[in-house]
Amino acid sequence: MRIALFITCIGDAVRPEVGRATTAVLERLGHEIVFPAEQTCCGQMHFNSGYRSEGERLARRFGEIFGDCEVIVSPSSSCVGTMREHDPSLAGRLFELSELLVEKLAVTDVGASFPHRVAYHPTCHSLRVTRVGDAPLRLLGAVEGLELVDLADASECCGFGGTFALKNADTSTAMVVDKCTAIEASGASVVTAVDSSCLLQIGGRLSREGSPVRTLHLAEILATE
Amino acid sequence: MTRPFPQEARDALADPVLRANLRAATDTIRAKRAVAVAEVGDWEELREAGRAIKADVLANLERYLIQFEAAATRAGATVHWASDAAEANEIVLRIARSHDVEEVLKVKSLTTDEIELTAALQAGGVSALETDFAELILQLDGDWSSHILVPAIHRNRTEIRDLFRRTIADETLEDDPAQLAEASRRFLRKRFLRARMGVSGANFAIAETGAICVVESEGNGRMCTTLPPVLVSVVGIEKLIPTFGDLEVYLQLLPRSSTGERMNPYTSLWTGVTAGDGPQELHVVLLDNGRTRVLADEVGRAALHCIRCSACLNVCPVYSRTGGHAYGSVYPGPIGAILTPQLIGIEKAPTLPFASSLCGACYEVCPVKIDIPKVLLHLRAKAVGAGGHPGERAVMETLAWTFGDRRRFLAATRLGRVLQRPLARRGLIRRLPPPLDAWTRTRDLRPLARQTFREWWGRRP
Repeated sequence: MRIALFITCIGDAVRPEVGRATTAVLERLGHEIVFPAEQTCCGQMHFNSGYRSEGERLARRFGEIFGDCEVIVSPSSSCVGTMREHDPSLAGRLFELSELLVEKLAVTDVGASFPHRVAYHPTCHSLRVTRVGDAPLRLLGAVEGLELVDLADASECCGFGGTFALKNADTSTAMVVDKCTAIEASGASVVTAVDSSCLLQIGGRLSREGSPVRTLHLAEILATE
Repeated sequence: MTRPFPQEARDALADPVLRANLRAATDTIRAKRAVAVAEVGDWEELREAGRAIKADVLANLERYLIQFEAAATRAGATVHWASDAAEANEIVLRIARSHDVEEVLKVKSLTTDEIELTAALQAGGVSALETDFAELILQLDGDWSSHILVPAIHRNRTEIRDLFRRTIADETLEDDPAQLAEASRRFLRKRFLRARMGVSGANFAIAETGAICVVESEGNGRMCTTLPPVLVSVVGIEKLIPTFGDLEVYLQLLPRSSTGERMNPYTSLWTGVTAGDGPQELHVVLLDNGRTRVLADEVGRAALHCIRCSACLNVCPVYSRTGGHAYGSVYPGPIGAILTPQLIGIEKAPTLPFASSLCGACYEVCPVKIDIPKVLLHLRAKAVGAGGHPGERAVMETLAWTFGDRRRFLAATRLGRVLQRPLARRGLIRRLPPPLDAWTRTRDLRPLARQTFREWWGRRP
C-alpha cells in the first residue's frame, strides 16, 4: 500500500527518530511511504490556543497538501484527532500509526523485539479524541521479549496540553510530577506513548529528576528488530 | 476581575494539606461514581436524554418560563423575575422585611452564592444561616466553597474539629465524623424550630406543574423548606425542565454522577401552597444574571445544560490539584472554566478558559454531555479576539507565517539550531530565558534535532 506520512512539526524538528521509525516499520511490512514535501504543521497549536483563523489557514493547507492521498499516517494521535474533527473528509483516510497497523492493515505483530520492561501511557487525545482504543497495547503485546507493566492512574493527563505547559506551568508540573512518580513506581525502564509532545513533557521531567527511565515513542519500539 | 488562574493555582499547589485533602476526596468520589455509573446498562441513552431535554428547554425557554409562572401562580406561589443579582437580592430582602424576619435559614444553593445573597441580606440587617453541614463549616470559618457538591472538600476533619471547638462546641469534641455531625445538629436544631423564613435554590423547576425540586443528602434542606412559614426559592432560569416525567432522567443521572449513589437521599418537591402543610407563603425568584447572554452564544450555551453534579471537577487533573478557590468563582473546575467567563464576561475572567490541558476527562463523565473542551476552545478564541496578550499574538502570528511555507519552516529550524547552541548541553536544554523558562524551571527540553526528518528524507538513497 502507498501511504503518505504526515510527520508533524514536532516530529520533523525535534523528534525525527519517530518518523524514521514509522517509515522503517511500514516499509518492513512491505508498504511504500511517500512524504509530501510541502507539509509543515496541522494548526493544532493555534486552534488550541485560541488563534482560530491562523489554525484554519494551516488546516486548509494540510487539506490541500494531502488532498490526493488515499491513506495518510501520522505518529501523533493528537494531530490526527484534531485534523479529523476539523475535516470530516479525512475520516477513513487519516490514521494514527497504531490505528493504521491494527485496524486498517490488521497487523499486530510487526516483527519487533524489545526485551525491556515497558509502561504504556495512554495519552488523552489518543483515548478520548482519536480513540485508538487498545491498538497500541495489542502492538506492544506482540513485541518479542517486551514486558508490559501496569501504570497507576494511567489514563490521567501528563500535564502537557500544548501552551498549557507554559501558561499554567505550576499546575502542569504538578501533573507531570505525579505521572513520573507512577512511572517510577511501575518498575518500567521505558515509558512509551503515541504522542511525541506528551513524551517531551514526561521525558523532560524524568530527566530533570535524574531518572534512568527513558521515553520512547511507540514507533521506536515497533521499529526494533 | 478575578486574580489570574495561574497565580491562584500556584498558591494552592504550594499547600500540602490542601493537596492531600483534595486528592483523597476526589479519588474517593471518582471511584464511587465509576462503580455507580457502570451499573446502568443504558447510561449513554440516559446521557443523551439528559442533553436533549436541556437543549429543548433552552431552545424554547421563553415558553417554558411563562408556563412555569402560570402553573406556580395557580398553585399559590408568587413568581418574581430578577434580571441580575442586585434585583434578586432586593426581592428576597423585601420579603424578609415584610415579615420582620431577622434570621433566615439557607438550603445549600450555588445560585444564592452566585448572587452573594448572604452578604446582601446582612447589609440589610437580616442574617442568613447556612444549614448544609459543609456550608455551615465554611460560614463559621469565614471561608467559601471550593467544590459544587462538597463545598468544604479542602478541609479535613481535624481542621473541622478545631473550628467547631472555637465556635459551636466545647473542648471535648473529637474529630470523629459522628461527633462532628452531632455538634452541628445540636447547633442547627434550635434554629430550625424557631425559623420564620427559609431560602433555597432549586435543582429543577417543572414548567408543567410549577413545582420546585431540591436534592440533598442531609435532610437539613428539607427542614428549611418545610418548617418556616415563608419560603423563597431563587431559581436560575436554566433550571427548568418541561414535565414531571423528565425528572426520571435527571434523578438517575444526578446522584450517580455526583455522590456516586444509586438514589438521592432527600429529594424534596413542592408545588405552591398547601393549607396546613408546609410554608404558607411561597415565592419563586426567576434569575437571569447573565444567563440570557450565555444563551445567545450558540456554542457557549451548552454550559447552561449543567445540572451541577460536579463529576467534571472530580475527574479533572487540574481541579484535583488546585482545588476550587483558584477558579475565583462559586462555579469551579471545568464547568466553572466555561460558565464563569460567560456569566461575568470573558474580559473579567480571561485566564479561566486556559485553565485546562484539554484532556477531555470532563466531557467523558458529563451526565448531560456538555462538550467542555469544545466550549473551552470557543472561549479561548473569544479571549484572544478580545485582545489577549500582544506579545503572544506576535509569536503565534509569526509561527503561523513560518508554518505557511516549508522553506520558511526549514529556515526557522536551522536558525533555531544555531541559537540553541549555547543552551544545549549533552542533548538537553536545562535553562531558557523568559517566557520559555516556564518550561525549563521544572523540566528539561529536547533541543531541535541535528538533522530534521525532512533533511534525512531528502538524503535517503
